[in-house]
Parts: sequence; C-alpha cells; structure tokens
Amino acid sequence: MEAQLPATSIIPRVGGLTLAQWQRLGLAAVLIVAVALPFVVGNYRVFQFTLAMIYAIALLGLNMLTGFNGQFSLGHGAFYAIGAYTTAIMLDRWGIAYGWTIPVAGLVCLVVGFLFGLPALRLEGLYLALATFALALAAPQILKYFEGWTGGVQGIVIIKPAAPFGLPLNEDEWLYFLTLAILIVLFALARNLLRGRVGRAMVAIRDHHIAAETMGVNSALYKSLTFGVSALYTGIAGSLGAIVVQFVAPDSFSIFLSINFLVGSVVGGLATISGAIIGGIFILFVPNMAELVSKAAPGAIYGIFLIVFMYVMPGGIAGSLKMVIHRWFSGNAPAVNAGKVATK
Amino acid sequence: MSAILHTSKLQAFYGRTKALHGLDFEVREGGITTILGANGAGKTTTLRAVCGMIPTQGDVTFNGQSIAGKATEDIVRLGVAQVPDGRGTFVNLTVEENLRLGAFTRKDKAGVLQDFERVFHLFPVLLQRRHQQAGTLSGGEQQMLAIARALMLRPRLMLLDEPSFGLAPLVVQELFAILRAINRDEGVSMLLVEQNASLALELADHAYLLETGRAVLSGTTEEIKRDESVRRSYLGY
Amino acid sequence: MEILVQQIVAGLATGGIYASLALALVMIYQATELVNFAQGEMAMFSTYIAWSLMNVGLPYWAAFFLTIAISLAGGILIQRGIIRLFEKAPILSVVIVFIGLLLIFQSTAGWIFTYLIKPFPSPFPQAAVTLGTVQFGSHDLGALGVTIVVLVLLYVFFRYTSLGLAMRAAAQNPVSSRLVGIRVGWMLALGWGLAAAVGAVAGMMVAHKVFLDPLMMGGILLYAFAAALFGGITSPGGAVVGGLTVGVLENLVGAFVPFVGHELKLTVALVLIIGVLLIKPSGLFGKAVVTRV
Ligand SMILES: Nc1ncnc2c1ncn2[C@@H]1O[C@H](COP(=O)(O)OP(=O)(O)OP(=O)(O)O)[C@@H](O)[C@H]1O
Ligand SMILES: [Mg+2]
Repeated sequence: MEAQLPATSIIPRVGGLTLAQWQRLGLAAVLIVAVALPFVVGNYRVFQFTLAMIYAIALLGLNMLTGFNGQFSLGHGAFYAIGAYTTAIMLDRWGIAYGWTIPVAGLVCLVVGFLFGLPALRLEGLYLALATFALALAAPQILKYFEGWTGGVQGIVIIKPAAPFGLPLNEDEWLYFLTLAILIVLFALARNLLRGRVGRAMVAIRDHHIAAETMGVNSALYKSLTFGVSALYTGIAGSLGAIVVQFVAPDSFSIFLSINFLVGSVVGGLATISGAIIGGIFILFVPNMAELVSKAAPGAIYGIFLIVFMYVMPGGIAGSLKMVIHRWFSGNAPAVNAGKVATK
Repeated sequence: MSAILHTSKLQAFYGRTKALHGLDFEVREGGITTILGANGAGKTTTLRAVCGMIPTQGDVTFNGQSIAGKATEDIVRLGVAQVPDGRGTFVNLTVEENLRLGAFTRKDKAGVLQDFERVFHLFPVLLQRRHQQAGTLSGGEQQMLAIARALMLRPRLMLLDEPSFGLAPLVVQELFAILRAINRDEGVSMLLVEQNASLALELADHAYLLETGRAVLSGTTEEIKRDESVRRSYLGY
Repeated sequence: MEILVQQIVAGLATGGIYASLALALVMIYQATELVNFAQGEMAMFSTYIAWSLMNVGLPYWAAFFLTIAISLAGGILIQRGIIRLFEKAPILSVVIVFIGLLLIFQSTAGWIFTYLIKPFPSPFPQAAVTLGTVQFGSHDLGALGVTIVVLVLLYVFFRYTSLGLAMRAAAQNPVSSRLVGIRVGWMLALGWGLAAAVGAVAGMMVAHKVFLDPLMMGGILLYAFAAALFGGITSPGGAVVGGLTVGVLENLVGAFVPFVGHELKLTVALVLIIGVLLIKPSGLFGKAVVTRV
C-alpha cells in the first residue's frame, strides 16, 4: 500500500515530485511496459508473463487473507484447482463459452471458500494453516476420485481460444491482454476494498482481534467473507490458468502449488498489493533460474535461496522497497510490516 | 570490606529508550544493599541489567570479574541468583521440579539433597505441595517458591525483587528473618529491592534511592533513615 | 472379528509411526510454537542415510543406531546454523524457511539417491506371527515395539533426567530458565536434535511398508499433523494417543468402508482434522491457547 502522507505538513519531495506523484508515474510506466511487452518478446515469453499475471491474481487473493486479515492458508492451490476444473469441465463437458466460465469459476470458489472459511471462525493461526494444508494435500486425490467429471489422472485438454472481434492478435497475445485486463480490474477492486471500511476492519481483526470485536466489527463474518473473496481471486486465477495452459490434471495441483503461492506472497511482501505482482513474477521465474544453476538439484538451490532471502528481507521485496522509499522521502523508515499472523 | 558487586556508569535500554542513566552502586561482600524508589524508578531494571537480561552499557563487576555483556546463564553460573519481578515460576512444572531447576547448574548431588531439606524446613508449605503444579500455588506460596528456588543455587549473591510482594504481614516478618539468617550464617550477599522501605532499611546495611534511573541518594541505612525526604516519602513519619 | 483385530494391530503399528512423528512436531512446537513442515523430509533423509549405511555393509541395527546419532547431530546443527537466525523473525518467514529446508532435503535426496523407489529392509522375521487364531505381520508388531521403546525412553528422559527437565523448562519459560543457568539456545537445538532422531526412527520403520523414495513422507506427515492436532498440539501424551487413533481409524476406514479404499485415505485424514478442530479446537488433551488482546 502506498504511503498516507499528512495533508497539512509540508509534503516531502524528491526530484521535485511528491511520493504520490512518483507512484502515479511508476504505475503509468509499468502499464506502458505491460502493454508493449507482447510486441517485443516471443510467444513463449508472452505465455510466461501471462502465467505470472495469473499467479499475481492468485497471490493477491492469498495476500488479502494472510497479509491483511492475518489468516494463514497453505491450501490455496486447492482453490486454484477448483477454479481450473470448473472452467475445464464447463468448456469440455458442456461446451460453454470460456468467457462465461471465468466468473462462474470465481463464484464457485467464493462459495467453497466461504464455506471452508466458516471453520475459520474457530481456528486460529496454525490450526487453520494445518487444515488448509490438509486440503491442499487431499485435493489431487479428490480430483482423481471423481473421474467421471475430472477425467481422472488423464485430466482434461482445453483448446486455446482465438482473439475475438477480428483483433490482430495471436492466441497467446490475446490471452495476455485478457489476463492483463482482468488483473487490472481485480487489483483496482482489491485496492478500493482494502482501503475502505472493509479493509480497515480486516486489518483491525488481524492486529487486535478481540478489541475489534468489542468495537462492533463482526469478526466471524469478515473472516469467512475474506476467505471467500480470497478464494474467488484464486479461483479466477485458476480458471485463467486452465485456459492458458490448455490442460488440467490432478498432479498439476499438488501441495507444491499451494506452497509456491505462500512463498510468492511472503517473498513479494504481505499486506502489499504490489507484492502480489512481484511474487507472481518470482514464483514463475526463480525456480526456473534455480534449474539453470543446478540441473541436478534445483529444489535445493531454490530452498537455499529462500532461506537466505528470508534472512536478508524478512518483509519481502515490496516491504523492503517500501522501507527504502520511505527513508528517501522522510528520512526515517516505517516499521517493516511482515504480516502479523494471528497471535502467537 | 570489599565489594562483591559493583557497577559503574551502568546504563540500560528497552529498545531505544534508556531506563538507567549511569548508575554507580555496590554490594559489599557479605552485606545487604537495598534499592528504594518510586514505581517506575528503575529498580527492576537494575536487577535485570546486573543479570544481563537487557542491553546495557557501562561496567558491572562481580567478585572482581567484569560480567558486563555476559549471557544471563553464565552470570547465574558464577553464583548470582535472582528472585525476579513476577516470581518467574515454571507454572506447568511441579514444586519439586521448580526446585530441582534452581539447582540445575550444581554438580554436588549430596549438597543439593541437603538444600532440599533446608528449603522445606524454611518453607514447610512447599513440602506439602511438593508434587503439585507450581502454577496452582497461591501468590504468596509462589513467592516462597521463588526464594527457595534461588536458594537452591547456593548463590553467593542474591538479587531480590520485592520478595515481600503478596505475602501476609506475618509471613513477611518471617521471610525477613530467614533472609537475615541466610545472610548472617552463610554469608550470602544480597541486593534487595523492596516496597516496604522500613523493613528493607532494617535488614540492609547500605541503601540507594533511585529516581527515574538515577541514584539520587546513597549511604548507610542509618544515614538514609535520617534523611528527611526519605522519611516523608518512604517511611511515612 | 479376526480381521478386525488384525486391522487394529496393523493400525496401531502405523499409528505408532504417526505418533513418533507427531511427537517430533509437538516437541518443536512446545519450544517455539512453530510446526516444522520439514520434519517429514528430515525423517526421509535420515532413512536414506540408514539405507546407505546398510548399503556399505553395516548390519541393520548398527545402521539404525548410527542413523539416530547422525540425525540427532544433524537436527542440532540445523537449529544452530539456520533456525536460530530466525528467532525473532515473523512467523511466516520461519514457515518459508521450513519450506526451504523441505525443498533442500527432498531435492538433495532425489539428486543423490534418484527418485526411483527402493525397498527398505525390516529387522524382523518375514514370517507372520500367530497369536491364538489371529495372524499378525511381524514387521507390524516389531515396529509397534520399537515405537513403544522410543516413547518410553523419551518419557523417562523428559520426566526423570535433569537435562530433560531443563528442556521442558526452556520450552515453557525461557526467561526464568536463563535465571537458573539453563542455556536455552542449546536446549532448543537439542529439541531439534531429538525431534530429528525420533523422526529418523519413524522413517526407518515406515520405509519398509511404503518403500523408500524422496516423496514418501508427504502423506505421512499429514497424518502426523492430524495426530498432533487430534491429541492437542501442546500435549506429548496427546500426540501419542492421537497417532495411534489416526492409524487405527485410517486402517479400519480403508478396510471396511468400501468407497474410501486407498485413494481417499488422505481425505479421511482431512475430514478428521477439521472435525476434531471444530468440536474441540485445542485437541483432545491440549490446553486452550489464551490469546492476548
Ligand atoms: N519491558 C519493558 N519495556 C519497556 N519499558 C520498560 C520495560 N520494563 C520497564 N520499563 C520502563 O523502565 C522504567 C523502569 O521500570 P522498572 O520496572 O525498572 O521500575 P521499578 O522501579 O521496578 O518499578 P516498580 O516499583 O513499579 O516495580 C519504567 O519507565 C518502565 O516503564
Ligand atoms: Mg519493579
């Protein structure tokens, strides 16, 4: 989240611009780069960046839950899977147009997330983490079990949609822009949500959960709603993921997907919206880089990297950036908010 | 008489805030020094600083050896036992286990057994409650347990943070008699923080008056007792 | 009836393995309020060490005890070398560190030993044991015996030795522990060492049943979580009861509820976890955690 500068005091400037102006400038620059990108890089890269954006959407969902609401999920891969399978089944079995499947996947996840979030009324921190961890571990098994719908181990193959309205884009480029558009809309919605009354209530629950309740915040309702909305975002990401990858199978949604999401959200920076994008890029590209370093044991390289990373930047990339920027503007750094999770 | 504990320009910090601003005091070998002061003056902080429980600057010498910057457990192993603020009970362990922990660093098994006898003699209620969870003891009983646990170390120096806290007046009298006996018979030196100033001044030989992390008055207890302001604010006559 | 008894004993045998691993989780949880997500992978790696020792010609029990010693030392090293650096870090950072460890162990095992599954020997005779009219697998009985020995040893250690007492004290109240001269940091490290050693035993016992491969502990760790939560993550005794219960339930459900079969056993564990947590959020024997306002 961006800084909230006091309106009355003299607003600090760097290079003649205020922090807010710099931020707007930065955002514009990022947007321009994002729009130009598909025309500059090859198809495979376009596909990769599309996937990174999809992960970013999923991470934003997880971030709402973990960073802003202090709940802790190791099972968001399951919601991603539900989103993906909803789309795949609708496309493959029922022949519904893919455009419709995306919101439906989101809604299905909203409901499932809300229902799964109901136990969250009772579970604190670690217990919720374990329950979600179990969900993630069980997801592939459940998917294999309902073979008639999910195609079992074989999975479901999806055909890549072409660009509509005769747009001069190939399939990869079209999906890139579609994802970009959805990402922008979802991020704008999330930003408004988190900045508003709802967001404040969520943070209040995270930081002072009993106090929030005495002040009239219906913590139970907010918590399961947050879980639902969080699942909605991740489900939409899963739906897009299925379309872009053109394939769903139970083993793509193993526990490692959930773990990757958690890693992405912490590494990117919890309780920051920009952290989701950084995290998405991170989990897509860094494991690949680990593979370049060592073909034999890429997981080990990645693991070592994660440990060193957490030591150097416990607040994630966005958290550390925020600190540097604030130091620039005000000379003193705000406390790194590495996402307080529940009470210890 | 030489000093067993001695600080010079001792400063202590909670995060960035300084709670002690250069404190000089000493406890004589075999003596009892008391620290008086209002709430928040820094008495507890002084004991924590001596034991290396918080970041400090300045020097602390115990038994001729500098202990500033040492780890708490190493300081304790030199023979410094603390009865901490809040009693520090291991609430999930039994009374006996609490006492065993007090003697954790000792190697002389026979001596430890003797000391079990001794503390049970001093505090018979602990013998009755021997196998009870320490957290279920009453506040006063826990206070006795804390003192007994400190004694189990066979310390050379005891740091006592309000040992009379929560004890009935009669028990307090008894406790101070015990402390006096331990000091006299075994030569254990003591640094005593007490709200009950008149009792503390009875027991101690030297006293310091702390105000917001600084010693504003020091001397023998006789001198301190005569001080007009101490009489008015701490002794009430 | 005979099948029922058989299934229960088989369930107790696997349950004992879950119990050991659950106990390892509880040990670290009690000291740090963290669940070590890498515990299963550490156990898997220990099992590979045992396999290698036997491969170079050591007899089973020599390899067994040497592996325990190596795991103990390894656990201590990991705590001192890595985990200690994150003592004051936010909880999620530590979780990421655990994930990092998990990846390191898994990937390194795959790299050194390949992902091909390997048979792992049992020290117990092949033949089944017949008691009355019921037949039991001798590995099941043996594993159960080994687990019981481990649990008794741990109980005696924590209950009656002063080092065990100091470890419990350090876990409960580090400040007071320092004030009686306990080196709290080393106690935490020793806790990691013991957890790793107990995990190693669990790994060696289970590997004979599920075969050795770098991914073998995924599901087992979940059962151990379920066990630890079922019994109450703050209670070592609860972890043991939880482990045995989960093991027996898993076996009975797998054998007698037709639609569950082998595929949905994990799902059963999931339902069990959530069910227990809903009814009793602190587990069967756990203490409710009082949250600060
Ligand atoms: N853990 C802590 N963190 C921050 N500040 C502290 C902490 N403990 C004490 N302080 C501050 O340090 C100062 C000295 O506190 P200290 O506990 O030493 O007082 P005291 O003389 O023991 O008071 P009392 O008679 O009430 O026990 C106070 O201003 C207090 O607010
Ligand atoms: Mg005090």
